[in-house]
Formats: sequence, structure tokens, C-alpha cells
Amino acid sequence: MKNVLYVRKEMLAEQSPPPSSIGAVGWIKQNLFNGWFNSILTLISLFLIYSILINLIPWLLSPTWQANSLTECREINNAIKDGGGACWGVITERWPQFIFGFYTRDEIWRPVLVFLFLLITIAPVLIDWLPRKLLLLLVVFPYVAVWLLWGGPVWSPLVSFLGLLLGYCTWHFLKPTANTGGAVGHVQLLSKHPFILVIMTIAIPIVWWSFLATPLSNSLTDIFPWGLKVLPSRNFGGLLLSLTIGVTAIFFSLPLGVLLALGRQSDLLIVKVLCVWFIEFIRGVPLITLLFVASTLLNIFMPPGTNFDIILRVVIMVTLFSAAYLAEVVRGGLAGLDTGQYEGANALGFSYWKAQRLIIMPQALKISIPGIVSTFIGIFKDTTLVSVIGLMDPLGLTTAIRADMAWNGVYWEINIFVAVLFFVFCFSMSRYSMYLERKLQKKN
Amino acid sequence: MVISMEDKKARAEMLALNDHAIEISGMNKWFGTFHVLRDINLNVKIGERIVVAGPSGSGKSTLIRCVNRLEEHQSGKIVVDGTELTSDIKNIDKVRSEVGMVFQHFNLFPHLTILENCTLAPLWVRKTAKKEADEIAMRFLEKVKIPEQAAKYPGQLSGGQQQRVAIARSLCMMPRIMLFDEPTSALDPEMIKEVLDTMIELADDGMTMIVVSHEMGFARQVADRVIFMDEGQIVEQNEPEEFFNNPQSERTKLFLSQILGH
Repeated sequence: MKNVLYVRKEMLAEQSPPPSSIGAVGWIKQNLFNGWFNSILTLISLFLIYSILINLIPWLLSPTWQANSLTECREINNAIKDGGGACWGVITERWPQFIFGFYTRDEIWRPVLVFLFLLITIAPVLIDWLPRKLLLLLVVFPYVAVWLLWGGPVWSPLVSFLGLLLGYCTWHFLKPTANTGGAVGHVQLLSKHPFILVIMTIAIPIVWWSFLATPLSNSLTDIFPWGLKVLPSRNFGGLLLSLTIGVTAIFFSLPLGVLLALGRQSDLLIVKVLCVWFIEFIRGVPLITLLFVASTLLNIFMPPGTNFDIILRVVIMVTLFSAAYLAEVVRGGLAGLDTGQYEGANALGFSYWKAQRLIIMPQALKISIPGIVSTFIGIFKDTTLVSVIGLMDPLGLTTAIRADMAWNGVYWEINIFVAVLFFVFCFSMSRYSMYLERKLQKKN
Repeated sequence: MVISMEDKKARAEMLALNDHAIEISGMNKWFGTFHVLRDINLNVKIGERIVVAGPSGSGKSTLIRCVNRLEEHQSGKIVVDGTELTSDIKNIDKVRSEVGMVFQHFNLFPHLTILENCTLAPLWVRKTAKKEADEIAMRFLEKVKIPEQAAKYPGQLSGGQQQRVAIARSLCMMPRIMLFDEPTSALDPEMIKEVLDTMIELADDGMTMIVVSHEMGFARQVADRVIFMDEGQIVEQNEPEEFFNNPQSERTKLFLSQILGH
């Protein structure tokens, strides 16, 4: 025992922490008055918040919701006190325009229905305990939404959807299955040359859409003229326009962005160079330039007489723009993966596409969630840029509303309303992405 | 499992009758202009257990990575189980589905559970039915003695457990050959034994194995042949007793004195 320097005889019992470090007092001390510098900062901040609110709240609470013009607002405000309140009458009068633009009033049930259907469609994407089969709605939704929003005979979307079904059936029924070892004829040919199947799957729907779909839907319309009233794109406006462009661009740009990111990393030189050029070109050009190209230049390249819908043109441009940015975000995610993941997948015999789909992308996309959602939010807000080519998005409408004599001079109120509209959507996206990150974080 | 000299002799005679699982002849590989593997000639019999040793940078990992074409060789010939490795993707897929590989850093898929890690390749590459794939996976997880971890994620397991899962994951593809690329180098000392025990058990079952490792105890106990590599070449190969007790080349003697010296 001589060599032992110290031996503890009995273990210490657990003690409760000092009262000043727990509870409300502890929290305030730790978070607000932690040292003299932080205490001063806290006091200055509290004073700033107080002085902003003391001015802002009476302005916000001004009772002008029923006013019919700016003059009327001023009278109401003057009657109360020194006339500094907001003029909310413009919102009461114009909010349907902010939401639906110049969409025919009697048909407003159509965009409302589309919006509800949109919520149902994205529910299984966002909430993972819903049955996976509901994801099939994603395939149906574009057809229903386009038909409901723009109208036309019921046969056009049905016949067009049939093309998609044809493609699926080609793939599903001709695809060589695992145990067709002794099979003959086409199955053997296709299992030897799988690209023939891929080409057929793509070619059959294209042939259908280019040559058969239009005559068929026309003749069906002649026999059964069922359909909805056609509404042109210039009727679209307000939040409806922003959502149409934003949701479509978000929906199509993610897959496109993933393909571009993979293309940029490809070993195939031509594919790689094309992807790099595309991404660098789109990222190097302001969105407004692309929108001008969409609104004016594209028509020059089109054969005369073709009517290429303006919203479709804008959607294509915004999608490409967003895809280029997403490609770089996803590339960042791919770069964050250990090369061991590719090696593990290869060693187990996964083909390139299977490895990407099952192993690489689930991880790369997870890493990229914050960047992806940032891009989505950015793109949704950028849809307001379409006002420069004459489309009436909510911001464009504010100018149109001020052109009305009754509301000439209203700035803050309508801009605040537009800001709130966008904030609701962007903030939800942001919150959802944080929820998703936390949920995926728990797994590992 | 310690094999007596008589058993070893019997084993060598038995192996001599077997066909070749892997035939490598005149194989060369360069990384850019660096000649990393030089004129490799190596035949591995079915059921044979080979340990590859050598200093770092000697090309031993590259050698076994060429066997399932994680690395491409530029000249010479590699035939695995009767299939020659060329740029033909069909042959590569065939070889990869028959050759399992265990990595230094496990390379488990962190977004999938242990069970999903084990069933992913059988489901999507072999097209096994889900129920059957689950049964196979559980059988191999039991074999590596961690069936109770099946529902966890790789990040929740210790290094030794992860490596055993990686072994089970490879076995689920029913490989005829297993490659081990420094399977215990990234492990804490107290976890090395559990992984080596698993590998010894696998050797007992008659698996053809090539193991790149510094675990000389394992080599002595399990290997039919030890291969010593340096500067991209096979310097010496011999059965373990001779290799350790009576090394021929100066390079081998130096290497052995360095790793066994302390």
C-alpha cells in the first residue's frame, strides 16, 4: 500500500445545482444579462423594439377596412387622431385580385379546386406515414391542374394522359423479369439490348402525342363536347400566377437539377461539357434576361403562326434557371459523400443508376436539403420578376392598383399584403425543411 | 482453430486438386505515370485462404481492388471464376455479384438500417423476394452474432459491430470469393478480435478469401499462403510457418522485424 498516492474511500452523493442557475431567473441571467456588455446590448435592443412597436401598432390597427378610397381612409384617420394610420380599404376591395388576378369571377372555383388538389397531392410527399400509393397523384395532378386552370375539352388531358400510360405499359409488360431465363423472342432480344426497351418506352408516347392524340381528342370532342370554358393565360394574375409558375418550376427543376449534377460529374466527356456549359451559362445570366428572351426572342425563332403560351414560356425559363442552381447545390451534396459509398455500391454489383437512386442520391439530397429549399424559396420569390414582361403577379398588381384614381398613393399597405402572402409560403417551406432535417438527423 | 502440421499437409493436397478461383497473369497497373502494380502473377485455388502483407503503398489494396475491378488494370489478364475482367460491363457485373468485399472503413449505407443494408443488394441486384431476402439477411446477421441490432442504423453501432455487419452484407449476396481490404485497421484494439473471429469462422466454412492485413496472428492461424508485396511487386510468397520463421528476401526480413519487433 505504500506506493498508492490517493484512494477515494467513499463516492460523493449527487447534489442539486445552485438555484441561480436554474428556472426563470437562471434562464434570464444566462441568456440576457450574461456580463455587462450583453446586459447593455439587451437593454438597447429592448428599447429599439419598444420604439418600433409603439409607432407601428397604432398604424396597423387603424379602422379603415371599410373605406372605398384613399380620401375616405384619410377622413376616417383624421377623425380619430393626427391622421397617420394605414389605409386597409384597398385590401378589402382588391384581395380577390391579389389572389386570382383577372381570372373570370364565375370560374374561380377552378383555381380553388386546383389549390386543394395540390395540397392533397403534396401531402404524401411531405408526410411519410401516408400510404406511398398516394404518390401516384403526382402523375395525375399536372393533367388535372392544367385542364382545370386553362379549361378546354375534357378529352385533351385524358388523351394526353393515355400517352403516358402507353409508355408505362410498354415498359412494364416488355421489361425482362428476373426469371425469364428460357424465354424466347422479344424478351430475349430486350434482355440482351435493354436500350431498345428504353427507346421504345420513350418513342411510343411521343408518337402518340405528336400524331394520334390531337385527331383523337378532336373527334371525341365532336361527338361528346364536354369541357370547361377556355380561359387565356392573360387572365392569370396575382398569387395564382406566382403559384402556377413557382410550383411547376419547383416540381420539374429538382429532377432536372439532379440529372445536371450527375451529368457534370459524368465520365462521358460530351455530357459533362454540355452540362457544365449549360449550368455556367444559366447561372451567369440574370433571370430577367431569360424572361425577356422568353417573352420576345422565342417568338422570333418559332415558325410563324405558332401560339406558344406565354406562361409556358416563362415556366420553362424559370425551371431551367432553378435547375442550374439546384444542380450546383446537389453537386455540393454529392461532394460531401465518402467515395466509400460508391465503392460499397459497386462491390455489391449495383449498376450506376441503381446505386444513384438507392444509395447516393438519398444521402446527397439529404445533405443538400437546406440549399435545395433555399433555391426553391428564391425561385418562388423570383416569380415576381415576371411583372417586367407584363404579367400581373402580385407585385405587378400593386402598380396596376395605384393606377386606379381611388387608390393612387397607396404604397405600404399593398406591399405589406404582398409581403405577407409570400412570407406565408416561404416561411412554411423553411420550417418544413428544418423539420425534415431534424427528422433525418435522428436516424443517424 | 489451430491447424496441426498433418492437417495442413492434407489441406494443401486437397487444395491442389481444386480449380482456380482467381487467375492473374502478367498484370500491370499505373496510376497516371506511377507504376503501382508490376507484372503480377497469382493463382488462387477455390477454398484457398491468402493473406497479403506489405508496407503501406506497396500496392496490396490496389491488387485486390483489381479483382472486382474497383480499379482497372491496364495490361495482363485477370480471370475470376472463369470470367475474364475486361471493359465489358456484363463481365464486371457477373464478377462483382460473385465476389464480396469488406473495406477498411466498412462503407455501410448510413441512411439504411442494418437489415436494409443487408437486403438492398439481394433485392435490387439479385431480385430476390423481400421475405426471402429478409430471412437470408437475418441468418447471416446471426452468423456474425448481431441479429438484435437489425433495426438500428450503422451510426448507432460500434466499429467492430459495423464491420461484422459489412461482412454479413457481403455474405447476403452468396459470394464464392471474399476480399478483405485491411478489415481491422480502422478498429479499436478491443474490437479487432470480434472481427477476426468472424473471419476465422468464415474460413472454417471453406470460403475462398484474400485478406490484406497486418494481423500476423491471423495470417499464421488461418492462411494457406502469405504473400509479401513491396513496390508493386510480389516479393515473396510461402506457407505461413515458413514465411514467418524463415523469410528469404532481405525486404521481407526487414518488414517482419519491424512489425513483430515490438
